[in-house]
Amino acid sequence: MVSANPAVVPSPVARKRRRRRVRTLSARDKVVLSFMVGIPLLGVLFFIWFPAVATVLLSFTKWNGIGGLSAIHSDGVQNYVQAATNYPPFWPAVRHNVLWLVVFLVLATPLGMLFAVVLDRNLRGSRVYQSLLFLPVMLSLALIGIIWELIYSPNYGLLNNVIGRSGQHNLIDWLGNPNLNLWAVLVEACWRQAPYVMVLYLAGLKAVDPSLREAALVDGANAWQTFWRVVFPVLRPINVVILVITVIESLRAFDLVYITNGGNNGLELLSVLITRNIVGQVSRIGFGSALGVVLLVISLVPIVTFLVMQLRQEKRT
Amino acid sequence: MSDSGSSPSSGSSGGPMPASGLATLATSRRSVLKGLAGAAGLAVVPGALAAACSSSKSKSGGTPSAGGSSSTSAATPAPSGSASGGGGGGNVTGTVTFGSNYSDAVPKAAFAAMIGGFTAKNSGVDVKINTVDHNTFQNNINNYLQGTPDDLFTWFAGFRMRFFASQGLATPIDDVWDKIGSNFSDAFKNASKGDDGHYYFVPLYNYPWAVFYRKSVFASKGYQIPKTWDDFVALQKQMQKDGLVPMAMGQKDGWPALGTFDIINMRLNGFQFHMDLMAHKVGWDDPKVLKVFQQWQEVLPYQQPGATGRIWQDAAKSLLNKQAGMYLLGSFVSQQFTGADLDDLDFFPYPEIDPANGQDSIDAPIDGFMMSKKVKNKDAATALLEFIGTPEAEALYGKTDPSDVAAATNADTSNYNAIQKKSAQIIGSSKNIAQFLDRDTNPQFADDTVANMIDSFFNSPNEVQSQLKSLESQAKQVFTS
Repeated sequence: MVSANPAVVPSPVARKRRRRRVRTLSARDKVVLSFMVGIPLLGVLFFIWFPAVATVLLSFTKWNGIGGLSAIHSDGVQNYVQAATNYPPFWPAVRHNVLWLVVFLVLATPLGMLFAVVLDRNLRGSRVYQSLLFLPVMLSLALIGIIWELIYSPNYGLLNNVIGRSGQHNLIDWLGNPNLNLWAVLVEACWRQAPYVMVLYLAGLKAVDPSLREAALVDGANAWQTFWRVVFPVLRPINVVILVITVIESLRAFDLVYITNGGNNGLELLSVLITRNIVGQVSRIGFGSALGVVLLVISLVPIVTFLVMQLRQEKRT
Repeated sequence: MSDSGSSPSSGSSGGPMPASGLATLATSRRSVLKGLAGAAGLAVVPGALAAACSSSKSKSGGTPSAGGSSSTSAATPAPSGSASGGGGGGNVTGTVTFGSNYSDAVPKAAFAAMIGGFTAKNSGVDVKINTVDHNTFQNNINNYLQGTPDDLFTWFAGFRMRFFASQGLATPIDDVWDKIGSNFSDAFKNASKGDDGHYYFVPLYNYPWAVFYRKSVFASKGYQIPKTWDDFVALQKQMQKDGLVPMAMGQKDGWPALGTFDIINMRLNGFQFHMDLMAHKVGWDDPKVLKVFQQWQEVLPYQQPGATGRIWQDAAKSLLNKQAGMYLLGSFVSQQFTGADLDDLDFFPYPEIDPANGQDSIDAPIDGFMMSKKVKNKDAATALLEFIGTPEAEALYGKTDPSDVAAATNADTSNYNAIQKKSAQIIGSSKNIAQFLDRDTNPQFADDTVANMIDSFFNSPNEVQSQLKSLESQAKQVFTS
């Protein structure tokens, strides 16, 4: 794409030469180029578009995974109807996915940004804090689930023993109470998500030109104003990355609830329901695919928003 | 039905009975139930940890009972072809492939020892064992059987076995049963048949679900083993008064409470009704099913609170620590007990509810083997199955993995520990054997839908009617495919 900046516009000669070069591609160049474009294209088609389209198609069928294509029967929108009306975990799962996203956006990500801003002030021992805070990010989510299970365990867990609620009659069932366990697991998720955001944001903050802050200081801005009026706008690219990561992390949430109780009893998530219906000894491939399409549609909302924003921005510049 | 326990036979030597083996069983139990890929490997970790833990404990602590030859035999797949009898004429040759989900160390070694016993007698046969992690194996079973399966594979009796048979994914093995039939009781024979009446399955072992308790607790408090429902309720009331949790419960993994449903249903409505319900010939909104939950409600106040957040190992721990009085679970619960605690552990069959049914039924899941449709070396595979169906082969297996009860009626029980002996006796005295809810019906439906319903029953027991209605409307969807 040709930049609008006149300084970068190539001279007419250069432009002509480039055009000619394109036209005089040798046969070998063409072969090489078509390989370089074709192989990734095939990869994308095969690994992304084929499964996605197949999922959508399968979601209108009934198939238990046994027998070939002939065993697949069309079932109209029955799978969607069943999911919405005759599958109790469905609506809780949608709610929990949305709640997960909201908690990440409202709690985990701002907390991570706060950590980053505080650490960026070069406190004494900030490297130590940084390492400590970053530790959870280095653990796999499955491991995090197991660690927190030891903390939340009703009779023998750390938490109940510390607050003195481990008796048989006054115990708090952190992971078993369906009104409580999603929040308990969200604490685990935030425990990992906040430092993740912190690291990304810290990297961005280090790259901010110090002269900007100095200028703000000279202009008499306080720390709060400096951050929100100067630093935050400058960090726009990082903010977008963090927003995208937050959305992705919350939509693909699976590991923690799966480790905790397999995604039952208050911990339903769409990703778990999909897995449960497709993988295993007995499959309801069509039904699972329909749930997959629902998750796809939900994911499309932030993706499309993001793309529209990007395109608009590109048009503006 | 059978008298598998009461007929101790000739007897070659068995190994000692370390409780450790039970751990692996529990892991496989769990994996059967919680079958999802993805993070599946990790999901087993708690169980695996418990397994590792208990096996090391029992090694250092030494095991009660038996004694005798050391556990070193556990590591060697000793092809002790010395024993007599058994199938395989020795005139079969070639390679037999065997897909195995016995992926934990102890069952894997035990399985190898059993196969070693076959190859020692049939030197012309090369048995290739393809061991796959049991979670992966169970999750991929559909693709596996439709793709390029091994000649023989490990599986369980019950709904899925019959389903594979009816889908034409397994080879009928009536010829095998002509040879081994006399080794098994009718209950095992019936459990090995498909819907078409042909045999598709050779059983290896099983284990009972019963009410476990500590003898010392019962002795010190003067409790009696309850025979009837009224005794049972009175006992739980008394336990609560004495500051005990009458009935331990850990339902976090979704499946343990299914055992309670099974037994109340079989006691109250009889075995045939239970089986009809499993096959969805009667609906879950049947008033008889509601009665099961009403019966359960009577003892719900005595059940350990917070069950849905507790793993069964922790529930077992409360029995171990004498905080709980009783615990209804499979005999693998004993993996949480070692040394003197294991000696103190005992169990009794769930009390009678309806005199018409007495105590005639029990959950005792059977593990065994099947022959795939695409079997390449049928003669040798048949010979191998004939060998596996002998008490001799079961003894070879049990020597290395002495945690369960051998399936053959004439199996050697002389080296059983107290729990095993009683298990064999209690299974033998039961007229009907169920396979556990998630093996008797569509496993996905059992572990997800029914388990979810029971979770919500625990959380709000008064809404059981609407919960059952919803369960039935989901069942209709699952079973009409």
